[in-house]
Amino acid sequence: MIKRIYNWIDERLDITPMWRDVADHEVPEHVNPAHHFSAFVYCFGGLTFFITVIQILSGMFLTMYYVPDIIHAYASVDHLQHKVAFGKLVRGMHHWGASLVIVMMFLHTLRVFFTGAYKAPREMNWVVGMLIFFVMLGLGFTGYLLPWDSKAYFATMVGIQIAASVPFIGDYIKDFLQGGDIVGAQTLTRFFALHVFFLPAALLALLGVHFYMIRKQGISGPL
Amino acid sequence: MASDQRKSDEKIVYVGDSRVRKYTKNNVPRDFSAYPGKSEPFVPNFLLKEWMVGAVVLMGFMVLIASHDPPLGYEADPTNTSFIPMPDWYFLFMYQLLKYPYMADEFLVFGTVIVPGLAFGGLLLAPFLDTGPERRWYKRPIASSLMFVGLIAIFYLTYVSWTNYQKTLEEQGIVPEHIERAERIKQGQIEPGTSGGQEDEPIAIVDEDDEGYDIYQRSACVACHAADMNGQANAPSLRGIGSKYSREELEDIMRNGIGTMPGGFWDQSIDAGLTEEEMHHLADWLARQVVPDDGGGEEEAAEPEA
Ligand code: HEC
Ligand code: HEM
Repeated sequence: MIKRIYNWIDERLDITPMWRDVADHEVPEHVNPAHHFSAFVYCFGGLTFFITVIQILSGMFLTMYYVPDIIHAYASVDHLQHKVAFGKLVRGMHHWGASLVIVMMFLHTLRVFFTGAYKAPREMNWVVGMLIFFVMLGLGFTGYLLPWDSKAYFATMVGIQIAASVPFIGDYIKDFLQGGDIVGAQTLTRFFALHVFFLPAALLALLGVHFYMIRKQGISGPL
Repeated sequence: MASDQRKSDEKIVYVGDSRVRKYTKNNVPRDFSAYPGKSEPFVPNFLLKEWMVGAVVLMGFMVLIASHDPPLGYEADPTNTSFIPMPDWYFLFMYQLLKYPYMADEFLVFGTVIVPGLAFGGLLLAPFLDTGPERRWYKRPIASSLMFVGLIAIFYLTYVSWTNYQKTLEEQGIVPEHIERAERIKQGQIEPGTSGGQEDEPIAIVDEDDEGYDIYQRSACVACHAADMNGQANAPSLRGIGSKYSREELEDIMRNGIGTMPGGFWDQSIDAGLTEEEMHHLADWLARQVVPDDGGGEEEAAEPEA
């Protein structure tokens, strides 16, 4: 049945080549933990992606309750956590996932580094990876403000102060992030926009490039 | 179906009037047995195993989440000056870096630009700096040792930053807000999820159009209790104050102070240009600042003593 549906679609849209490009490839022995247990280090990239998917999904659910203005932000998070069914779990997934994704990304970076997988011909993928790293840190920084509790507020204030102390461009960074004279209403709206639209868009684009290159080049060979 | 009659290898045949090519192809998966070693196809063999591992990881993750509530402190209050700012844990190493003398004050650009710039710039350009053919880490002594130094620095700085923070908390007897709040929720002292947090529903100013409000703005009181009567720093809010003190008590506080509030502001306000009558009017008006019954329920019930 499924086969027939697939064939029916395939005849009209010729999806087999696309499908092949995405999924139909071999997994070499040296990266398969079933054959060499130590190959589990090659799973960190996939795990990072897994947690990233969790972040995106839980984040989408959070925005169903979160209100990005300084009067309601805190109350909406509080409400979500204590009054909404499964709200605690959704917020928990996003909160702990944010830390876990950093850990996984860190481990993935270390495995790529120590297996020398960034060397030719994979230089560009490493650079893209580092850009992903920065975007992830940006997501962490902007997301931290959103619950609008004291911890969020003062960490952001200090963060922006530090950014503002950078010579020449510091003041521009500060204006860009803060949007006003103090960390306040405008800052929250900006951080929300960055956290929910700009940075995820950048992340997805970069991930697309990352995966395209991996698929095209194949995983680096055994050491 | 005229196209079917043509020999398909002579001419390109399309599906209907679309631009999708029509050809008899085998959409069976490729055979990877020819690849060296014990390769296996990604779909479905490897993917199924991966999903099983993924399911186990997800279970562990959900157990972690179900047992650890995400923290939430009190609502942000920009006038709070005693809060110790802390970034999320993965920024601590950079934060700690700025606390060293050669990274702060006139050397601040080291801490904010030069050191992180070199570290992250080096990392970003690693493939172009470490161009040798050798891939094993122990055959790349420079790259690997730099990475080790970086890792040790990150762990060390994070550790120092965190232990210093814990020490400060202990010395100053501070309980982090999210812990305190969770505790108070557990003991039923605050009802979570209904209102702002630390403070209950903002209490409305009664009779805002009255002359009393205007007099208040010109009195000495605004300096501490703020123009919106919400108070600041140590001075408490005066909203709903009529539920707590009677007209006479208020006048007494205005003349003689209370607790840490010094006396004499009655006279000081008069020195500042208000009349005795206006001060009486202010006291009357303050006494009328009563919390409505349905409003901030948590606030202590009115105890009219006069
Ligand atoms: C120098 C700053 C300062 C000024 C000026 C000042 N207050 Fe106060 N006020 C305080 C502080 C601090 C407290 C808290 C005292 C305590 O609880 O120990 C307080 C407490 C009070 C209280 C009791 C609040 C409560 O909830 O128990 C009232 C009422 C009050 N002030 C009214 C006034 C009025 C009316 C004026 C103007 C005439 C005024 N204050 C001017 C600092 C000030
Ligand atoms: C959201 C973050 C990221 C995701 C989801 C991700 C995902 C992946 C995946 C699934 C692979 C396949 C191999 C493996 O799993 O180990 C991979 C390979 C690779 N990644 Fe990432 N990655 C991320 C971030 C990074 C970062 C931060 C870097 C380094 C700066 C990086 C550099 C590389 C390189 C160079 C490869 C090719 C390695 C090889 O061929 O052996 N990636 N990535």
